[in-house]
Amino acid sequence: MDFLSNLVNGISLGSIYAVIALGYTMVYGIAKMLNFAHGDIIMVGAYVCFYAVYHFGLPGWAGVLLAMLLCLILGVAVERLAYRPLRRADSLAVLITAIGVSYFLENTAQLVFGANNVFFPNLFEAEPIRLFDGRLVISVVTLASIGICMAVMVILTLFIEKTKLGKAMRAVSEDKDAARLMGISVDRTISVTFAIGSALAALAGVLLCSAIPSLSPMTGSMPGIKAFTAAVFGGIGSIPGALLGGLLLGVIEVMGKAYISTQLSDAIVFLVLIIVLLVRPTGILGKKVQEKV
Amino acid sequence: MAARKTYEPTVMVSPPSDILIPERDLGEIPALECRHLGITFGGLHAVENFNLTVGKTEIAGLIGPNGAGKTTVFNLITKVYQPTTGTILLAGRDIAGMDTAAVNRAGIGRTFQNIRLFNNLTVEDNVKLGLHNSIRYRSFAGVLRLPSYWQEEKKAHERALELLSVFKMERMADLRAGGLPYGVQRRLEIIRALATEPRLLLLDEPAAGMNPSETEELMETIRRIRDEFRIAVLLIEHDMKLVMGICEGIAVMNFGKIIAKGTPDQIRNDPEVIEAYLGKNREE
Repeated sequence: MDFLSNLVNGISLGSIYAVIALGYTMVYGIAKMLNFAHGDIIMVGAYVCFYAVYHFGLPGWAGVLLAMLLCLILGVAVERLAYRPLRRADSLAVLITAIGVSYFLENTAQLVFGANNVFFPNLFEAEPIRLFDGRLVISVVTLASIGICMAVMVILTLFIEKTKLGKAMRAVSEDKDAARLMGISVDRTISVTFAIGSALAALAGVLLCSAIPSLSPMTGSMPGIKAFTAAVFGGIGSIPGALLGGLLLGVIEVMGKAYISTQLSDAIVFLVLIIVLLVRPTGILGKKVQEKV
Repeated sequence: MAARKTYEPTVMVSPPSDILIPERDLGEIPALECRHLGITFGGLHAVENFNLTVGKTEIAGLIGPNGAGKTTVFNLITKVYQPTTGTILLAGRDIAGMDTAAVNRAGIGRTFQNIRLFNNLTVEDNVKLGLHNSIRYRSFAGVLRLPSYWQEEKKAHERALELLSVFKMERMADLRAGGLPYGVQRRLEIIRALATEPRLLLLDEPAAGMNPSETEELMETIRRIRDEFRIAVLLIEHDMKLVMGICEGIAVMNFGKIIAKGTPDQIRNDPEVIEAYLGKNREE
């Protein structure tokens, strides 16, 4: 029963990683850059939700929507102000800028929200679900994380595969000049990508902080790196890859904690990543899956 | 040779100055006018004082040796590069300040020398991307599958098939573009450009890699496109049979400058052109 419980927790954590990884993978697929500030958007989203719900008394769902909306604006603003002027610069300059934005967000958050951890009360107040005479207890956050992740995947896949904006994103990811000649605005498409990724990061932030349950300006940093790892693990640029990478990473991390060593669990995660990349440098789904969004 | 579609012979006229357009386009605003167009790359004049007028329904050719600056001219017209000097008028409208996407929306479609399809998308989706700006529905309508999505998608689907039928490619709609044979990819690229509803179609070496019978067919198709869509075509091509066979006006470039303009007959007999370019091919 412990195993089952760990598996469910691993899938849940992995779902959150997968939702964050989508932001990395879509931005990489379309703008060909690594947005290392993505993890910190998670933290901003969690703070927005925290203040909206516990200081201004908004209902939980409204807090989540507000967090998604503000992060969407933040993500688009960051792209507009920090990355767009570097559209033709070399990739190292963009990478360093992204790291700079990450520090900027973390430090601004320390200034505004204080450096201390705050207790992030669970948004999902319902009773946990007990199965097998109470031997398997699954919290509502755990289930919500899995359910939301699956819903996000389905909606996003429909969006990318079936709508004209989604197809425009795939076109931009393949060939920007050719896309421009279809009358597609590349800048606008990249903005949409950042908007989607950032809104999803806010959603992931709320789920993550509900599960932990605490929040500090550094909260987004480690999950951000793990989600980036998940994106690379699954094959960066691939949406199914982000899901697979996220889930595997979450399960490996929780299993590692439970059966090997709590201290070593992160090391195990990265060890598996290194092994996978040695065998398949493009990640698990990197080459086979053609959609590079 | 296969029977040609009946086709009125072109009479080229020169209204004031050195502008040369077909007689039937005389009263109309030209599809394209380049005036003193130029670009400098680090001191090198890649294109200099480029003047060209393409009539509203003209098929015009741009020829010249490799490195003469022909593709650079296409890149200037489509704003892949920003011109250092000069103006470009598209159907009388100055396109200064427009970016590539805006230029496309203003009415320029283009194909590339090295085919640049969206290889991972289907043939139909490639064409639908060309229709991008004429499909109207909101993205959430797409995700939720609202009626507006179905209506617009159905319209786009029908339009895409109609365009594909120009090259008899309807049956390939669901194939992945990257897996098509070379000649078919070239045709798809032309269809994709046509889908954006251009007034002026720029074709960069459309016959490259085609065998003689494919080239023959391509010539017919280019004419048919011009007749059916009533648009102008400006093409870069090394295949002299194609250029001399379908172009009404031809401009010859060498070292970034136009060295001659005229009808196929005039160009064929221009000593400077023969020296710069056609000399090697005269025996053909």
